[in-house]
Amino acid sequence: MAQIKINKELCKGCGLCVMYCPKGIIRRSNKLNKKGYMYVEFKKQKGIDCVGCTFCAVMCPESAIEVFKQ
Amino acid sequence: MKKIFSFPKSLKKVPNHYCPGCGHGIVHRLITEVIDELNIREKIIAVAPVGCAVIAYDYWDFDCSEAAHGRALAVATGIKRVQPEKIVFTYQGDGDLAAIGIAETLYAANRGENLTTIFINNAVYGMTGGQMAPTTVLKQKTTTTPLGRGSNNEGPPLKVSEILAGLDGVCFVERNAVCSPAQVLKTKKAIKKAFENQLEGKGFSLVEVLSMCPTCWGKSSEEAVKWVEEEMVKSFPLGRIKG
Ligand SMILES: Cc1ncc(C[n+]2csc(CCOP(=O)(O)OP(=O)(O)O)c2C)c(N)n1
Ligand code: SF4
Ligand code: SF4
Ligand code: SF4
Repeated sequence: MAQIKINKELCKGCGLCVMYCPKGIIRRSNKLNKKGYMYVEFKKQKGIDCVGCTFCAVMCPESAIEVFKQ
Repeated sequence: MKKIFSFPKSLKKVPNHYCPGCGHGIVHRLITEVIDELNIREKIIAVAPVGCAVIAYDYWDFDCSEAAHGRALAVATGIKRVQPEKIVFTYQGDGDLAAIGIAETLYAANRGENLTTIFINNAVYGMTGGQMAPTTVLKQKTTTTPLGRGSNNEGPPLKVSEILAGLDGVCFVERNAVCSPAQVLKTKKAIKKAFENQLEGKGFSLVEVLSMCPTCWGKSSEEAVKWVEEEMVKSFPLGRIKG
């Protein structure tokens, strides 16, 4: 069991985390942050867990992602 | 739950000015992670370049200086010679390090200055709008090579890492990329080694990083990482070149 926290004000919606998440649980949103970027969201789906691989955080150019694991 | 990936201490929690998907942000973070892990933040003096990373000092939470375009290694030489106990590094783009600053780069490396250089190769002049850089690859279209770089007109891309590796004063050269999680982690390892070399007084270390510039390449973030992975590495093979 793991989960991530995305700082939506730092996110620029580049999508690199979405591209590299092996579980497909980061999604583009259609919401804008204060800077006007469409940020991404962590969306757990039924039966699909975050594995805490940190790929999303490793790729994020904005250091917007923190990862937690049990 | 335990935090297993956190925001680096040496990085300021402020939005940066880089374009979405730009590789500069990834490398900025890797440097601060390494500095935190080696516990050398109080000893660091960085020299920022002219280029998109010109205000890197607004993002790094340690001592920084700024150099005129291309002169980072001349400034770093002065800082290190006056304060040899400091850990001094330069952060430079391909236009900065390999075009206007190629003389300063070659001679600092040849003198074997005990410095660390992080060299961002994004195959263009990013800040000024995507003109050809020394590292633009053959056939790559830029604003100054609208038909693509040609080996007869502009010459092939300059392989700076290979050139510097041939100099006696240089102890470590490695080319990396920030196009995938595995490559990002390899880049971090190389950056750490380059700082450890300076701590051990071994001489000049260079880490070249193939880095995305989606804006000037006219690509999406996803297309940009693919271009590094599939095209750029053909001209700039990854791996250890020296040390
Ligand atoms: C003496 C001088 N000449 C030219 C310039 C214009 N200039 C600013 S940045 C730059 C090139 C930057 O390219 P690069 O080093 O590859 O960094 P990037 O922006 O791609 O990160 C140039 C030519 C300048 N600022 N100073
Ligand atoms: S830690 Fe891994 S599985 Fe979890 S969201 Fe990030 S990339 Fe996806
Ligand atoms: S990698 Fe970072 S900046 Fe890019 S979309 Fe994901 S959280 Fe946002
Ligand atoms: S122009 Fe290129 S190098 Fe400069 S911030 Fe934008 S993506 Fe990064």
